[in-house]
This record gives sequence, C-alpha cells and structure tokens, in this order.
Amino acid sequence: MASLKDLRNRIASVKATQKITKAMQMVAAAKLRRAQEAAEAARPYSERMGAVLANITQAIGGGGDAPALMTGTGKDDVHLLIVCTAERGLCGGFNSQIARLARDHIRRLLADGKQVKIICVGKKGFDILRRDYGSMILERVDLREVKTLGFVNADAIARKIIHLFHQDGFDVCTLFYSQFKSVISQIPTAQQVIPAAAAAATAPETANGGNAVYEYEPEPGEILSDLIPRNIAVQIFRALLENAAGEMGAKMSAMDNATRNAGDMINKLSITYNRQRQAQITKELIEIISGAEAL
Amino acid sequence: MAEAFKFELVSPERLLVSEQVESVVIPGAEGEMTVMAQHAPVMTTIKPGVVTIKAASGKEDRYVVFGGFADILPSGCTLLAESAVHVNDIDRADLARRIQDAKEDAADAKDDVARSRAEQFLSQLTTLEGALIPA
Repeated sequence: MASLKDLRNRIASVKATQKITKAMQMVAAAKLRRAQEAAEAARPYSERMGAVLANITQAIGGGGDAPALMTGTGKDDVHLLIVCTAERGLCGGFNSQIARLARDHIRRLLADGKQVKIICVGKKGFDILRRDYGSMILERVDLREVKTLGFVNADAIARKIIHLFHQDGFDVCTLFYSQFKSVISQIPTAQQVIPAAAAAATAPETANGGNAVYEYEPEPGEILSDLIPRNIAVQIFRALLENAAGEMGAKMSAMDNATRNAGDMINKLSITYNRQRQAQITKELIEIISGAEAL
Repeated sequence: MAEAFKFELVSPERLLVSEQVESVVIPGAEGEMTVMAQHAPVMTTIKPGVVTIKAASGKEDRYVVFGGFADILPSGCTLLAESAVHVNDIDRADLARRIQDAKEDAADAKDDVARSRAEQFLSQLTTLEGALIPA
C-alpha cells in the first residue's frame, strides 16, 4: 500500500501532465484552424487545375502526342510510393494508419512480384516503415524546419519525382496521405499520380468549359507537358495540406482524451488519498481513546 | 464603357483576385495579350511577367506572376499562376534568388532542349527584373 506521501506526489505529477496535455490540445486547436484555412484557400487552384486538365485531355483525345507522364511507360513493374506523414507523434493513430495502408499496399505489390521504392515525407512514417522496408526507402524529405507549408515545398518533391521518372526510376507512382474529413475523422488514402491519365479521367467536368472549342497557344501537347508536372506538384501540395490539417485534428482529439484520462485518474487517486487519511485519523483516535481507557 | 467580365487570379496558396473587370493584360507564352469580355475561348501558358488588371470600377492593379497558364472563356478568365504577388509587395531578394536558381538550372542542364528552355526562362526573368527595378 502506497503511503500518503506517495499518493500526494502521484496526484501532483498527474496534475502536471494534465496541464501539459491541456495546453497541447489548445495549441493543436489553434493550429488546426490555420491549417484548415490554408487547405481551403488552396482548393480553388486544384479544382480549376482539374477542370482545365479534363478539358485539355478531351481536346487531345488520348492522341499519340500525350506526354509520358500522362500515359505512363506502358509497364507496371516498378512502383514508387510517396508516404506523407506527420513530423511529430502524439496524435493518436494518425501516422500508423497511413503507414498501415502503405504497408498493406507494399505487401500486395511484393506478392505480385513488383519492385517497390519508397519516398518518405515526414519523420514518423519513415520511422515506422524503416523497420520492415528500410532497404526500399530511397529518400526521406524532412519538413520539420518548415514553419508554414508553401507550394515551394511540394514543388521540390514533385521535381524530384519527375526527375526520377525521366531516368526510368519507376513506372507507377502512388501518393499516400490522410484525407481530412473532419476533426475526428481522417481517412488514409492512396492516390495514383503517375501515370496521370486515370487521375484526369475522374476530374469533374465543369459546366462552362465542358464543350467549348478552345484555341490553344501554344499547341495542346505543349501545354499539357507543362501542365502535368504542375498538376503533380499541386496534388502533392494538397496532400501535404490535408495531412497538416488531419494531424492537428488527430492531435487535438488525442490530447482531449489524455486530458480527460488524467482527470479520471486524479479523481480516483484523490478518493484513495482521502480514505487513507481518514483511516489514519481513525486509527490514531482509537489509539488515544484506548490509551485513556487503560488508565 | 466596355463590358465587364469575371476575372480570377489563383495561386496554389490562395485566391488572390476575383472580381468584375474591364480588361486584363496577360503575359502569354507567345506574346502579351489583352483579354476583354466576349473573348474567344483560348488556353495559353504564361511566362513570368506582369498582369495588369483594369477593374470595372476603373481602378488599375498590377500583379507579378511567375509562370502558369490562363483559361479564357467568353464569360470569364481564370489565371492559374504558379506564384503571384502584388507589384507593391514584390521582394527584390526573392526575385534575385529565382534568377540565381534559373542560372544554376541553365548551367546544370544536360541536353540542349533543357538548356534552351532554362535559358529562355532566365531571360524572361531578367526582362521582368529590368521592367520592375525603375518602377
């Protein structure tokens, strides 16, 4: 049985932990708002980009002059996975969910006899995947120093990928990130970015541009070869932003849980403490009274 | 008074401009063009340069864009810029850094196609810098 002093210390330490988790929750809430705003501000661009891409794909009609990034290499042997996770932990199952999805995907590819390469964005995903698939990780992109996520960061990653593609480094590229649905629900998602043909086909048609006859300046093929790399960067940017918002949402609910748990623990410990104190007082009283009666 | 149409300037980070305008001057890849209402549908890439917007209220605004493309329809015009800043907020140091990057790209280029593209981009940037400095 713990002594009174032990219990007192224990309660104090749990209280201190609760204060920390509470503060972390509030910080996460503030950051979440900012991340959500950033994700929303970026939405018009990616939407328009999707619409324009759909338009131009229609114009070309799958002709022979579509760039390789669009049509792929015609093979399906080497897969590149870009796994985007958070830089920090303490956000519930957020990172492990993404990593699990990626791991399932890798296992399936390996079972089919494909070759797998991995680029990790974010430290946590790297830590998890390194254990099982360390030899397949080509590179790890560190965004820890980055205060506010800019398009430049995404563009740098996209450039790396495209460069690798042109060196015949891979055939299919899939992006793993967590889709931000709400504060309490983030859905790990896999999205194919190269070849882009599949992605463009699912882009929503816009009402105003669906059937307009465009003039192209320069040629559609040339615009397309300019557009596709940019679109890849935009996709990655969007994934990073959604991830940032998702991380903060997950952290917020994880810290909320932790604060509540700490509260429960303090209650329980206080009850034990009070009981023990009362027991001790009773015991001392009995000792005094029985001593007085003996006289 | 010319007819007004809807113009939007979007960068990956945010929507910069969305308003009714009279005319917009766009630095197209194959030359500058002025877009007014009822323009034929055109899609063009843009080079680094200055976009001049004449709002329906008569106010003129200028933005510096670094590449991107424009989607022009009779009913409106959308400019998707890789990065865009208001002409008053342009950061000289940032521009200098971009020029430096472009120079390195040109030096690192492996084949002729890549080199000529990088050099073209560099010359566009230096022209832009020249146009901005006295302003």
